[in-house]
Amino acid sequence: MKFLSLITVLLVGVALVYGTLGMPRWGDPNSPAATHVSPYYLEHSMHDTATPNVVTSVLADYRGYDTLGETSVIFTAGMSCILLLRKRRKHKEEDHV
Amino acid sequence: MIRDSDDVIVKTLARLLMPFIVGFALYVLMHGHHSPGGGFQGGVILAAGFVLLCVSFGLQWTQRWMTRKTAELFSSIGVFIYGGIGVLCLILGGNYLDYGRLSRVLGVDVAEARSLGILGVEIGVALAVMAVMCTLFFMIFTAVDESGGQGGEQ
Repeated sequence: MKFLSLITVLLVGVALVYGTLGMPRWGDPNSPAATHVSPYYLEHSMHDTATPNVVTSVLADYRGYDTLGETSVIFTAGMSCILLLRKRRKHKEEDHV
Repeated sequence: MIRDSDDVIVKTLARLLMPFIVGFALYVLMHGHHSPGGGFQGGVILAAGFVLLCVSFGLQWTQRWMTRKTAELFSSIGVFIYGGIGVLCLILGGNYLDYGRLSRVLGVDVAEARSLGILGVEIGVALAVMAVMCTLFFMIFTAVDESGGQGGEQ
C-alpha cells in the first residue's frame, strides 16, 4: 500500500512538472498575465491616480475590493482570537472561585 | 502580570528607539505612494513598537497607552474607515471605492482625489493591522503569563 502511494505521488509530481513546462517563461512580456490589464495600469497609473508607485495604486485603487477583503480577513482573525482566548480565561477564573 | 525588566540598558534603549519606530512607521505609511510600503507594513512596524514597550516595560505600563479595549476599538475603526470611504464614494454618486468622486468634497482634481483616497484607505488598513497585532500580542502575553504565574504561586 505504501508502494502504491509512492507511485501515485511520483506520477502526480511528474504530471505537475510536465504541466509547468507549458507555462510562459519568467518575466515574459508576451505572457497572458503581462498583456491583459497590466500595461494599462503601468501606462495610466500616474495620470489616473497621481501615484508614482504602481504597486500602491493597483493595491488600493484598481484592486480596492481585494484589499478591503484582506483587511476584513485580518480583522476577523483578530476578533476570533479575542473570542477564543477570552472564553478560556473566563473558565479559569470560574475555577478559581 | 509580567513585571517590567530591571535592566537599565533594555529600558533606555527601548525608550530611545520608540520615537524612531513610530516615525519610521508613519514614514512607511505616508510614503507608500512613492516607495515600497503602505498600510500593512506601517501598521506592523507600529505594532512592533508596542511589543518592544511591552517586553521591556511590562504589560501594565504599556496598557496605560494602549489598553486592550482601545486596541479592539481601533481594529474596528480601521475597517470602518476603509468601508466608510467606499460608502462615501457611493453617496457622492460613484461606484463603491471609486475615490475619484471624492474630488467634489476635497476640492482637488480627480487624480489627486484618488491619490488622497488611497492614503485614507491605507490609514484605515494601518490602524486595523496595528490594533489586531497588539490585541494578539496582549492576548498571548497574558495567557502564557497567567498560567505561568499560577504555577509559580502554588
